[in-house]
Amino acid sequence: MNTPADLYRKMALIREFEMRIDEMFATGRIRGTTHLSAGQEACAVGACAGLRCDDAVVSNHRGHGHFIATGGDPGAMMAEMMGKQTGYSRGRGGSQHMACFDIGFLGSNGITGGGLPVAVGAALGFKMQKTDRIVLCFFGDGASNQGTFHESLNLAAVWRLPIIFFCENNLYAMSTPMHDATAVENIAERGNAYTIAGEVIDGNDVIAVRDAVAGAAERVRGGSGPALIEAMTYRYLGHSKSDKCEYRTREEEQRWHERDPIKLYAARLRESGELDDGRIARIDAEVKQQVDEAVEFATTSPDPNPDELEGSVFA
Amino acid sequence: MAEVTFWQAIRDALRDEMLRDEKVFVMGEDVGIYGGAYGATRDLWEEFGSERVRDTAISEAAIAGAAVGAAMCGYRPVAEIMYMDFLTIAMDQFVNQGGKNRYMFGGKTTVPMVLRTQGGAGRCIAAQHSQSLEAWFVHAPGVFVVSPSNPYDAKGLLKASIRDDNPVRFFEHKMIYGMKGEVPEEDYVVPLGRANVTHEGDDVTIVIYSMMANLALEAAGILEQDGISAEVIDLRSLKPLDVDTILRSVRKTGRVLLASEGCENNNAVTEVAMRINEHGFDYLDAPMKRICAADVPIPMSPTLEDACIPTAPRIAEAAKELVG
Repeated sequence: MNTPADLYRKMALIREFEMRIDEMFATGRIRGTTHLSAGQEACAVGACAGLRCDDAVVSNHRGHGHFIATGGDPGAMMAEMMGKQTGYSRGRGGSQHMACFDIGFLGSNGITGGGLPVAVGAALGFKMQKTDRIVLCFFGDGASNQGTFHESLNLAAVWRLPIIFFCENNLYAMSTPMHDATAVENIAERGNAYTIAGEVIDGNDVIAVRDAVAGAAERVRGGSGPALIEAMTYRYLGHSKSDKCEYRTREEEQRWHERDPIKLYAARLRESGELDDGRIARIDAEVKQQVDEAVEFATTSPDPNPDELEGSVFA
Repeated sequence: MAEVTFWQAIRDALRDEMLRDEKVFVMGEDVGIYGGAYGATRDLWEEFGSERVRDTAISEAAIAGAAVGAAMCGYRPVAEIMYMDFLTIAMDQFVNQGGKNRYMFGGKTTVPMVLRTQGGAGRCIAAQHSQSLEAWFVHAPGVFVVSPSNPYDAKGLLKASIRDDNPVRFFEHKMIYGMKGEVPEEDYVVPLGRANVTHEGDDVTIVIYSMMANLALEAAGILEQDGISAEVIDLRSLKPLDVDTILRSVRKTGRVLLASEGCENNNAVTEVAMRINEHGFDYLDAPMKRICAADVPIPMSPTLEDACIPTAPRIAEAAKELVG
């Protein structure tokens, strides 16, 4: 379901989920590492809203939002964050390694650019099956400097695969500003080298993202070959837990906060009369409740049994 | 039974499996009309077309990753990487993606793919076209490692590998593509994880695999002239490892020589030695010995290349010292 209320709800849920994880890390309730997507919710929600429910999504290290937008359950996700047996990967994966094949979420990934070739393979599979399903592959501006990006775009173009390469350009590859490490002005230009049409869109406008993906999906599904979308956005928090964001200014952060994707969309819905303040407040309370329940479920779930350590390495 | 070459056995296994299961397909650099750098996909493109015998760009990482993705979507891709040395370009996709996806995702997916490649020295093509890197993959969790020494095993092991639900690294040695052997036309598999005692003996056990397993048979002949009876175990699979067959032999002979064409340091047979140490120490009458390639990049010079890797006389010599 992708009504305006649904889009708002999903973005609000991702924000609540991510900020809760941030807090739980700070207080030591979650261990390991995590890459949070607060600020980038319109990319995840808009992109998935532009797909059909039987399409597939390949995610990256900053993948919680992608998973929730695809239909992931916050309880099983939170349990995975805490390494519990009830988590999506039964506690084996954690933050960066979750998948749910039943809903077409083919997995997040701990290797920058690592998901691109896998997404190409999934798209090849869909094409060979002669279905009209497509794959959307999320990656960041940093990943576009990996060889796998170039190999994947080239091969996907040569084979005219049904795939949308969706770049969330949040301006920094960890601490490195995009233009210190990237020779082109926009990642979308790189599509030219592979005869793939690239477009740059406002990644903080959920409707712009949805419409761009829906348009690309229609072309790709019709056999046009791959598409490349570059969504300009900004991550509010550090790259990962240890990052204090000393490489960017508070003024820059402030400017992006003024274009907060959730606030922008709420304002639009209020203006059009699709949602009023009361309804928005109710949704906010409901997602908070949902994340409370997810935390409760995860906290009370059992740890994996060490006796099962070596199970399921092989089929 | 028909006499066929090693490359034909590989090709026939691919063909049989493609006929048997429409989800099986082949991809790699020049596997189509060219038939593969060492000819192992010859004639398949003509029979199955470019959809199922898929030429790729020179993009090892993309080939490997595409195989992983297609496998997770219900296909059984057989990806060819032209030289084992080129696996280094695609290691992330083979190790971090294909090998780990099942476990990382809580056992909820399978990655039934075969990576075929060829390696080994013998053609004077030097350091970046001659290595034996199987130890790297034995070390990586979630993948099986197979390395046949003859046409019969090649066909049966490749069929078993394609039918297996796990990622299998299938290593062919470049010096045996022309080797002939008897191979049945009817369907058969050689199960993964089952070693083959190719020569029986009582004095010393030679544990070996791939092309070297043929040299061990030659070595056994040399040893016989000196009155030494060698038992040769061709591992066929490095992972899963057939520890039982090895231990049965060690119990009989009490002496073990491990041989491989990989560099000596951290070679795959080192793991075999450790297993024997753990489970068969009491059977040993002498410290185990190994003969491997020198710890150098494989040199081009025929003289140096020959000096770098084990040969039949050197294997025999090492075994003789062990029996002493």
